[in-house]
Order: sequence, then structure tokens, then C-alpha cells
Amino acid sequence: MTRLNGGLVDRGTTLSFAFNGKSYAGHPGDTLASALLANGVQLMGRSFKYHRPRGVFSAGSEEPNAMVELREGARQEPNTRATVTELYDGLIARSQNHLGPLNRDLLAMNDYFAPFFAAGFYYKTFMWPRAFWEKLYEPMIRGAAGLGRLSKQADPDAYDKGFLHCDLLVIGGGAAGLAAALTAGRAGAQVILADEDFRLGGRLLAESHTLDDAPATGWAASVAQELASLPNVRLMTRTTVFGVYDHGVYGAVERVADHLATPGPRVRQSLWRITAKRAVLAAGATERHIPFADNDRPGIMLAGAMRAYANRWATAPTRNAADPVAVFANNDDGHRTALDLMAKGVPVLGVIDPRPDAPRLGDYDLFAGGVIDGTKGRLGLSAIRITQDGRSSWHRCGALGVAGGWNPNVHLASHHRGRPVWEETLLAFVPGTGGPSGLFPAGAAAGKGSTAAALQSGMEAARKALAEIGIAATALSLPDAEDAPIRQAAFWHVPGKRRAWVDFQNDVTVKDIALAHKENMRPVEHLKRWTTLGMATDQGKTANISALAVMAELTDKTIPETGTTIFRPPYTGVSLSVLGGGDTGAHFRPKRLTPTHHWAEEQGAVFVEVGAWMRAQYFPRPGETHWRETVDREAKAVRAGVGLCDVTTLGKVDVQGADAGEFLNRLYSNMMGTLAVGKVRYGLMLREDGHAYDDGTCARLSEDHYVVTTTTANAGPVYRNMEFARQCLWPDLDVQVISTTDAWAQIAVAGPKSRALLERIVDEFDLSNAAFPFMACAEMTVCKGLRARLFRISFSGELAYEIAVPARYGQALMARLMEAGADLGVTPYGTEALGVLRIEKGHAAGAELNGQTTAQMLGLGRMVSQKKDSIGAIMSRREGLAADRRRLVGLTPVDPAATVTPGAHLFAEGAARSMATDQGWITSAAFSPHLGSSIGLGFLEDGETRMGEILVAANPLEGQETRLKVVSAHFIDPEGERLRD
Amino acid sequence: MRFSGFRVVKEALTGHKGWGMLWRNPDPKPAYDIVIVGGGGHGLATAFYLAKTFKQARVAVLEKGWLGSGNIGRNTTIIRSNYLLPGNEPFYEFSMKLWENLEQETNFNSMVSQRGIINLYHTDGQRDAYRRRGNAMLLAGADARLLGQDEVREIAPFLNFDNARFPIKGGLMQPRAGTARHDGVAWGYARGADMRGVDIIQNCEVTGFRIEGGKVQGVETSRGYIGAGKVGVAVAGNSSRVMAMAGMRLPIESHVLQAFVSEGLKPTIPGVITFGAGHFYVSQSDKGGLVFGGDIDGYNSYAQRGNLPVVEDVIEGGMALMPMIGRARLLRSWGGIMDMSMDGSPIIDRTEIDGLYFNGGWCYGGFKATPASGYAFAHLLATDRPHETAEAYRFDRFARGYVIDEKGVGAQPNLH
Amino acid sequence: MLIPHPLLGLRDSQEFTYLGDAALMDRPDPAGGNAEAAFTDYVFLRDNPAGVHRELWFHEQGDRSWLVVTRDTVTHEILGAELARDVKLNEEGAQ
Repeated sequence: MTRLNGGLVDRGTTLSFAFNGKSYAGHPGDTLASALLANGVQLMGRSFKYHRPRGVFSAGSEEPNAMVELREGARQEPNTRATVTELYDGLIARSQNHLGPLNRDLLAMNDYFAPFFAAGFYYKTFMWPRAFWEKLYEPMIRGAAGLGRLSKQADPDAYDKGFLHCDLLVIGGGAAGLAAALTAGRAGAQVILADEDFRLGGRLLAESHTLDDAPATGWAASVAQELASLPNVRLMTRTTVFGVYDHGVYGAVERVADHLATPGPRVRQSLWRITAKRAVLAAGATERHIPFADNDRPGIMLAGAMRAYANRWATAPTRNAADPVAVFANNDDGHRTALDLMAKGVPVLGVIDPRPDAPRLGDYDLFAGGVIDGTKGRLGLSAIRITQDGRSSWHRCGALGVAGGWNPNVHLASHHRGRPVWEETLLAFVPGTGGPSGLFPAGAAAGKGSTAAALQSGMEAARKALAEIGIAATALSLPDAEDAPIRQAAFWHVPGKRRAWVDFQNDVTVKDIALAHKENMRPVEHLKRWTTLGMATDQGKTANISALAVMAELTDKTIPETGTTIFRPPYTGVSLSVLGGGDTGAHFRPKRLTPTHHWAEEQGAVFVEVGAWMRAQYFPRPGETHWRETVDREAKAVRAGVGLCDVTTLGKVDVQGADAGEFLNRLYSNMMGTLAVGKVRYGLMLREDGHAYDDGTCARLSEDHYVVTTTTANAGPVYRNMEFARQCLWPDLDVQVISTTDAWAQIAVAGPKSRALLERIVDEFDLSNAAFPFMACAEMTVCKGLRARLFRISFSGELAYEIAVPARYGQALMARLMEAGADLGVTPYGTEALGVLRIEKGHAAGAELNGQTTAQMLGLGRMVSQKKDSIGAIMSRREGLAADRRRLVGLTPVDPAATVTPGAHLFAEGAARSMATDQGWITSAAFSPHLGSSIGLGFLEDGETRMGEILVAANPLEGQETRLKVVSAHFIDPEGERLRD
Repeated sequence: MRFSGFRVVKEALTGHKGWGMLWRNPDPKPAYDIVIVGGGGHGLATAFYLAKTFKQARVAVLEKGWLGSGNIGRNTTIIRSNYLLPGNEPFYEFSMKLWENLEQETNFNSMVSQRGIINLYHTDGQRDAYRRRGNAMLLAGADARLLGQDEVREIAPFLNFDNARFPIKGGLMQPRAGTARHDGVAWGYARGADMRGVDIIQNCEVTGFRIEGGKVQGVETSRGYIGAGKVGVAVAGNSSRVMAMAGMRLPIESHVLQAFVSEGLKPTIPGVITFGAGHFYVSQSDKGGLVFGGDIDGYNSYAQRGNLPVVEDVIEGGMALMPMIGRARLLRSWGGIMDMSMDGSPIIDRTEIDGLYFNGGWCYGGFKATPASGYAFAHLLATDRPHETAEAYRFDRFARGYVIDEKGVGAQPNLH
Repeated sequence: MLIPHPLLGLRDSQEFTYLGDAALMDRPDPAGGNAEAAFTDYVFLRDNPAGVHRELWFHEQGDRSWLVVTRDTVTHEILGAELARDVKLNEEGAQ
């Protein structure tokens, strides 16, 4: 055990957990990493490429090494950073990316072949023989690559999403963030304070600083307490703001239950879209390391992380309490690690500082002007080699803290592609001026690294931000705090022949960067892509600046001249589950149910997805063993008797106003203004590019009132286009439109007995052919007073009507019609029978109106009026459209037992099967119970002149060829006598 | 220097001392026979084929940033030739054949991996449309298979077959489709072009065209004037901006497409899978990341970044389709600017200005087209005749009514 | 994105459907000379500026107004929003 005194862990409670099958104990307040360190466990994982043994490197979300598979079964979560995994009782974790046990990873042999795996090596080989890539090389590489494993089971937990609004979003709850939130909170502003940690305080929790001569952790706790008491402040710990989007929208993930064994009734995580009038970026800074030979052994970590483990988690970073610890620092801040560890009773070997004039800040051995240029220890650090004044010596060492300076966390400030700017006094990039508007960097994120400067800048940023939105905030009286100047050397790496790691996870070394330079992969984006530097799970947080410095040195440029890669969301990894939220599985999209849905369910209907709608596909009856049997029965019932079908899904638009007729004239290719009141007309719409768009009916209910229908698929778009025409093209017309698709239930009553059925429900209305002929419409009442609209239109080709009633009466109407027509054999039919009936009549539907066809192709060329302009009329006359000779035809199999298959292509008999000889394709097909064979519709070159010709329908995809005869698309009642009867 | 396994071993044993620069950093010459504007995938491929196939000796590629920084630097790496329309399918199949020999041709491993693509269908109507498409592919000499639900389940048992809002009924598969390592493609072409004498000039932004008497004379650049016999523009994403300098308006809008990659995972997803009831496509990289995308954001943009609603929409689709990916984390998202054309298909054509040629309008499908686009553009630049597979990609198809509209949505770029 | 609806204040862009350049409001005269060429330009060609862009958004999940939004396509900053109907009527009034 290497547990120290003090710290912010609750020793009164013991939590047990397992790592790689072995049980350990920790305390509330621990992370998995701190608890493992406290148990003397240094080896936690393996690197990506060379499978080098790795231990914890950081104390935060930037961790590149200590990645584990957390939990088991369907909850298994790969690549989980042990450094931010809050310990809970019963936690189970396993190390990942190794073959065999962690301490004897068979894939570690990769390390012996490392010279062969230099940057970009795979671009230069594995090319011969060609077929070996997919069969051998790639599977081998893929198997060795990757990090953790998915369970391949569906995530069992629940997730949610929500919106939040505030005046000021404070990102980060360290010194700067707390000061900003307190300033704004006291001013009465609506504040959200979000921090990725489970406890507010940021670096204050990790340092031994005092504020007003009291421990800084106490100040943080009291501010947190005051903020919690303010009703206008929302504190969100365990919440990462991962991205900045346009106009003050921030994406954040709250880990609601990740600190529990299972979420129980709670969601595991929530996605918040936070709309903030202003925001303060107080995300702190990330320490950087200094590459030197063999700098990747377990036990070598960031000096600041080492302080955090000692101060906050009361943990020495060594395997044994007696092992001495060293610090390698190019700056004063790093020396504090030695001081803090000594204060905790940890033996300190000394501080190695390459600055010849490095100060000694306490009672430790100082190796000024010295460097570390070698380490030992296969599975954990055992010794370091210090070179000073040209003399090298090995020293026993159990852990090493490396302090290479701090990089402000500028990520969010750069999400709008504004580049950070180099600040030479800090030797770091700070947020540039081109950041997201309304985002104010503060504290260490803005390069204000001392506690005093962070507090001050947090307060000032909040005041400035709030002033812009008219909220005056008074200055806080800030506590006295350390204000140490930043003193550091531009010392970026220790030169040497052995490998010095820059990017730990992806195993990118200084040598790889030198090779990239040699091969002219010098632009920073090339460097990144050639070496995979910065492409690991930390997105270069621990590697990029060091790498830039090395490349700058090689190219004899400055670091800012060398540039930075682009910062992209998310700031840290975000689970795909929470980004999907609850809108997955059966809830992926809402279901739209028709007014008769529940009635249809009771009838045992089978439903089918039609866009967002669920429609009854067919209504099987007991004894029917195959869907075709049902559909044949339903289709025959319509042609012989009467059938009912819910057609509510068709779009309906109410068009009213003195200019309604003129308006519709401009929208439909055919004349609508001349339609008589009480009449319906079939209408065709074109897109402005001249192609066929949508079809439907226009009914004129009164002089200034039309009701039009659209196809189900285009209900939304057509209405949108109508509003576009009304508001953007012709606002001078006196016309109003409103979508009424959901307001009216509409039921098709089709078949020779449909009139007889309707006569039983209409209230005193003459339905005789003379009084209410084909294409008549009327408003009326049915069922003793229910408001209804009746249209005598037919999709089936039979005598038919569509009756509309207010949607809430749809189900009752359906039930009433079923009851009233029982003796007529009334039969509900679904979309399958509807399809059979329309194919038998040659009516176009989605497969024919697919947006690629023209009015002429559909046989509707004459509907494009030459007497008036309408949308698309001009462009429909272009050569390419006018010259298109493909026409809609009917197709029947020569062998009546054969099947017509939609999607087959049409060829002249004896012609080669090629694109050049392709003459068309089959759009729709069905078995016609009336013709006793399969029939189809299709587009065929010169179709209208080829009636009677025998073609071949080729379906090489399924190895089929079928001989078909070209016939009229109107298979049934081609003269249209039945519907006028 | 020829790359090979032998060479890699030799260098490993001799301290990597022998590697040279992958390409030179030449200064611009005063004039070239052919200047390609844009050092992205299409521009580099054009230069490669100009030098290799069409034996053009004096060729330069001008790139305003670093080579390969176009959309070839950020995409979802899918290659396929599963188109429907006669104007498209032969071209993309030509591209697929070039992909199949790319590495041997460039002596650079671009990791062309033919692991197959499956486009899932969820309705009978979709199945029929895919059958039509699959047959069109076979008729054009490509490969295709129509899979039933059981066959899809066998290949991808992790898909949501149990409680899907839109049940998976099957899929159209192209076994020869797959992915390629996008940067590797750019670098392979760049190195191959450079070896054959093409000057690839990075950090050289074209700021104007010098046009006299209706003929292009050369280009003004951030590194001075460069004369040119012919200028080929291949700057998809920025086409309108660049061609405006020559006084042209294009049938193109610039839109942002976001793409996504997860943290590295052990092998999980076999090939490329696309969702037919939402917009989501995914594959897994050799490094282990799930690489996926969906719809464009839908508004004109040059910002190279997108917004949260589309992030959510894409990942909702992914989670609905394959709920087992939920415990993986999104590592990075990015946005690229697409030339969204008015019919969803590209343009490779001469312009009204003599000597000025245009290649663009790739929507978000340009990556797979890279080899054929480069070859066809090189053919056009070298011979002044369109390549036989790219004859339909003309400017005047809009005026004349010969659009190539695979989706059938008309002149609405954000729906293509 | 947030769209400053002239009647309803800031609304989430998810409530809107985007169409494109506001020049789509200027439908050519179908009876004019060379109407086919004018329509070809109108339907297919776009300025597509990198910078300030006047564009049409439809408040589909809201009050069903078509708006002309002025937005910078490089920064996404929104410089203003008007009811398309007002814009069109003002244009016509000015002529």
C-alpha cells in the first residue's frame, strides 16, 4: 500500500473493486487510477503499436495510457480512462489491447520489431501480391490494432437529452471558473457551472496551496456551497462541455450514473444542448512532458498529476512506499512536486532541471543543468539515468514526475476554427481572437496560471461577459493567493539515440518525427497523418506541442510557424449512446397512426411502415395461410362488392381566397381555375425543373375554397412549396393555405356496392349518378349530423368515393360503415390490395413518380397546359425532357405462371444484355386476381408504339429472365366505364 | 525510390538512413503546359495520369495549403460503384477498376480494401429500387448481390433485427466495394506525379486567372504569376469561389458535411454498411475506429464545421441500426465543404473560356471517384475530348435537360 | 444555430427547413424573351458566396413563415431576418 495521509478520500468507507480479476480496496473520492496506485499497481495497460507496458500518466481526462475495459456483459465499456473513473463498490475493470496476461503480452514482440514499424511503414509495403491485402495483411493488422473491445450487445442503459438556457455558462470549476460563477451568481444572472470532475475545485484540489492562509480546498468547498444555495445557479459536476456550436449553443454530457454500479431507475448519461448568452472558458491547462530515452515506463507521469495523486488522493505513485521519487522539470512549477511529496513523507531522489540556473525551492537534491537520458524497469520504473555536466549516473527510482510546462486548454476556443496564438512568455498557445463569439477564456485556459491570476481573470471574464448583456456584476473580494511567476526554459526534449516517446498511446517517438521530416512530411497535418501523432484517444493533448517543438527544431522554424492542427469536437470522448439519446430502437422516429389504427389492430391487421406512418397492409382472416390469399380476397371484394381503406395519409391542403383558382393554376400543370364548384379534378404538379413531382386531386367546395390532396410521401414538401409560392413568389394573390392532413380522416369506399353503402349513412343526400356523378364533391352530413366531405373519385377504377370526416370521428365512421355494410359484404382492405387495384388500373405511384420521370413518360403529357404558365412548365419543354421516348406500359408474362419482377430491366428479344441495349425497367408489379396472373408496369422506350411486342425482362441479380408482353397499362376496364357508372 | 517490403526491411536494419523525400518542394516555374488548381485528391490524380498515361511533361499542381488538404484529407473513405443511372455507373465502375490496381500503379499502399458494402432496405419499394440498381450495375460490368434478411444477418448479426422502427428486410451488396486509406491515396498520387516530373507547389493560392481574348493565359498566385497553356480547376468545395474569379456562375452550392470517428476498437464491423431508413453509413478503419457519417447539415456553408442537430441525427441512425456501438465513444467529428451540384452529379468539362477546364460538383461522393475523375480530367486536358465514361458530366446538361439525378429530387442541392 | 424570427424571436434552426439563395424568389417572366435560358439560370445557377448570403428558411415546425435570413456562410453569423412576404412586397412596391 502506498496510501499517504490527508487527501480528499473518505477513509471511513471501503470500496472493493477488481482489476484483471484481482480484488483491491479503495475509498469514496478515489478514481480507479488513484485506487490502483494506492495499491501499488503501476502497470495498467499496453500501448497501441508496440504493446509497451504502460502506467498512469495523468490525473485527468487527457490520459493516454491507463485505459481499461470497464464493467462486464452488455455494459462493457472499452477505452475508459482509469484517471477519471470514479470508484464504486464492486467496480470491475480489465486492461485491454494485449494477448495473454497484461504482464506477459505476447504482442509485446512487436516492440522487438519496432525498427520495421517506423512512421508510415505500411504505406511502403504489403502491396504484393494484390489479393493478400484483404486476405492476410489487413486482417493481421486489424487484429493487432484497435484498443478495447465492444461487447457486441445492445447497450441496456437509458439515455436522455434536454435543452438548457442561461445568461452565463461557466466551463470548468477550478479557481477561475468558481470565481466567474460566483461573480455571476451573486449578480443574479442565470448561471450554469459545468465541470467534468465529480468535485468542484479543479487544480485547487490537487495542490497544496492556501487561500487567505487556509487550505484552498476549503475555499472551493465554501464557494461551491454558496453557489449551490443560489436559485439562479445550476451546478453540473460530472458534466463535460464537449463542443461549441453556432450562436451560443454548447454541447454537454452529464454522466448521471457512471459513478454507480448500475444506473438503476436513472438514465446513465444526459446530453444537454446549452444555449448560453455568454460563456466563460475556464477549462484549465494540461501539463506537457519532455520526451527522453525510454520515457514511457509505468511510474513515469506528469509532475502535476503526481502532485494530484499525493495531495488529493493521498497516494504515492510508486509500487513500494520506500521507493524514491524524482522530478524532471524545465520550470519552477515542477519543483513543487518534490516539495509536496516530501511534505507527505515520500522519499525524494531530487529534481533534475536542464536549466543551469535552476532554483532550489526546498530541501531536495537539485541536478541543475541535468537531464534524464535513460530509464530501466520492464513493467515499472526501477532506475533513471541522470546526466549532468557530461557525467551520467544511474539512480534507483520508483516513480518520476515530468514537468514540461502547461498548455492552456484552448480547445473549445478553437472549435470555430479560430487558431490559437503563441505566447512566448508562456511558451504555449493561448486562445486567439477568432474564437466563438460570446466565449471568454479565463484562468489557466487563457494563460493565467497562478491561483491569484486565475481568480482575478475568472471574475473579470464574468463581469465583462455579463456587461455585454446588460447585467452589472460587482467585483468579488478575492482571497490572497499564490502568484508565482512562470519561470521555464524552452527545453523540449532530450536528444539521444534511443526512442523517446512523444505520443504515448500511438507510440510516436522523436525518431518518427525526424523520419517524417526527412521524408518531407513536414506540414503539421502531414506529420500528424504520416506518424498518427495526436490521433489517439487524447487527440494530442499530451503530445502535440512537444511534437511541434521537435518539428520546429528540425525545420529551423518557430513553433507558431510550424502551426497547429485543427481542434475539433468533442473535447473528450462522448459515448455514442448518449448522442443517440432515447431516439433509438423502436423510438428512432415517431410513429404516425391513422385515425382507424386501433380499429385495424382489433381486426388483426398487419401493418407496414409508409414513411412515418403505420398503415394497414392487409387484414388476414382465420384460415388464410398466405398473405397473397388475403390480398386477393380483399382486391376481389372491391371489384365485386365494396371495400374500405383508410387513406388519411394522403396529404390534404385547404386552399382558400379570392385568388385560390389562379394560385392553383400556377401550381398545377393543368387548369384548376376553371373547375366548377362541386367538382374534382385530377392534378399533376411539376418541379420547377420540369420533371413530374406529385399528383392528387383538387376539389372545389365553393367559389373561393379548394381542397387538394397530395401523395403520402410528398404531403409535407408540397405544402411547403405551396407556402413558398404564396409567400415568396406571389404574395399579391389573395389566398391562404393550411395543411389539414391530420385534421380529416379519409376513407375510400370503393366497389360497385359503394353507393349502396354510402346511401345508408348520408343524411338526406342524393347520391344518384345524375345528382352526384363521377368527379363530384360536396360537403354534407352523415350519420345524423356528422360533418363530412364526399368526393366521388376512384383509385381502384371502380365506382368509388372518398369520404372525409373530422379525424376524431374516423374510427367511428369506419365502424359504422362496417356495420352498415355487413350484408353487402363490406371488406376492409390494406395497402397491398390498394396496390393491386392501382396497378390493374395503371395509376402511377411512388415507383413511377420517383422524381426522375416526366409527364410524358407517365402518359400525362397532355396535362401540361400550353395555355398558361405553371411551375415547371417552361423547363419541361427542354430538349432532354421533350425527347425522352420512354413511356409507361403494362406488362404481362407470356407464360401465365411466370412472375413479373419490379426492378428487372427490359430488352428486345434476342438483344444483348448491356447498358446500350437496355430499353427500360419494371417499376411495379402485383398478382392480379382478376387476370389470374402476375402483371406489371414499367417504362419502355417508345412504349406506346410497341403494344403486343414480346420483351425479355432480365434480372441477372437473381438469375432470372422472363418473357413479357407489352400491353396497355389499363389492365381493367380501359374505357373507365365502371367508375362512371 | 521504389517502395517494397524488402526496402522496409533494409532501411530498418540500417537505421532508416536511406529514405528520401516523398516529393520535392519545387519553386514555381514561370510557365507550364498544364496547371492544375487544387492539390486535393482529384487534382493530384489528374496530375498523375497526365504525367503517366498522357505523357505530359510540364505540369504543375497549385495547392493553397498542404497537398491532400481537400476533402481527400477528411472523408469516410468509402469506395463503391453502385450507381443506377447510365451517366454515372460506367464512370464509377471505371474508377473501381482503377482502385483495384492503384497500389501497383503508384507503388504506394493506399490500403484499398474490398470488404464490400451493404445498402440495407426496409420496404418492398426500396427492395425493388435496389433490384433495378443492382441489375444496372451488373449490366455495366460491375458486381452486385441482392441479399435477403437472413443473408444480411449472417454477415452483420449485430444489426438491430429485433425492435427496429424500420425493420431490416435485406440489402443490396457490392462485394468489390470497400474503403481506402484516404491520405494514402493523396500521397500515392502525389509521389507518383512528382516522380514523373510534376511540380506540386504547396502554399500557393490562386488569386486570379489571366484571361485575354477569351483564352486563359495563366494564373495569378500568392507566389506570383504562373503562365499556363491550359488550366484545370479541381477545387471541390470552393468551386464557385474560384470559378467566380473567371467570371463564371456554377450549378453548385457549398455545403458542410460532417463525419465522425470513434475511438479505436477491436474489429467489430466487417465492411461498409448503410442504413436505408435513416442516413447513416459506417465502416471500421484498420486502426480500429468506427468511421461514419450521414446527412449534410443542409445550409450553404464554407465554415468546415457543422452543428449539433446533425451530429445527433447521424448517431441516432447509427444507434437505431446497430445498438451495440453505444458504449463506444465519439473521438472526433469534422466538417468538410462539399460542392453540392444541382442534380447530385459532377461536372468534368471545358468552360466557355478557352483553355480553362473544370472538375467539380462531386457532392459528398468525390472520394470514390478520385481515380476516374483524375483519369477523365487528364484525358480531357490532354486530348480536349471527354473520356468515354465521363461524357455525361457536361455543363450544358442543365440547360438541355439531361440531368443525372440519382435521387430524383431536382435542383435542390441539400437533398442530393 | 438560432434564427432570429422577426415575429417570434430566436428559434432553433431545427424548427426550420432550408431552401437556398433568396434569389429563388425572383422567378423569371415566363412570357419574357428567352424564358428557357432565364429559367435555366434561375433554377440551376447560384452565386454561392463565401460570405454574406441572403437565403430562404421555412419555419415548418412553427408559424410556417418563409424568412429571408442574411447569414455569413464563412462564420455562420446571422445579420438579419425578415419575412419573405414583406421582402417580396417591398420589392414589388419599389418597382
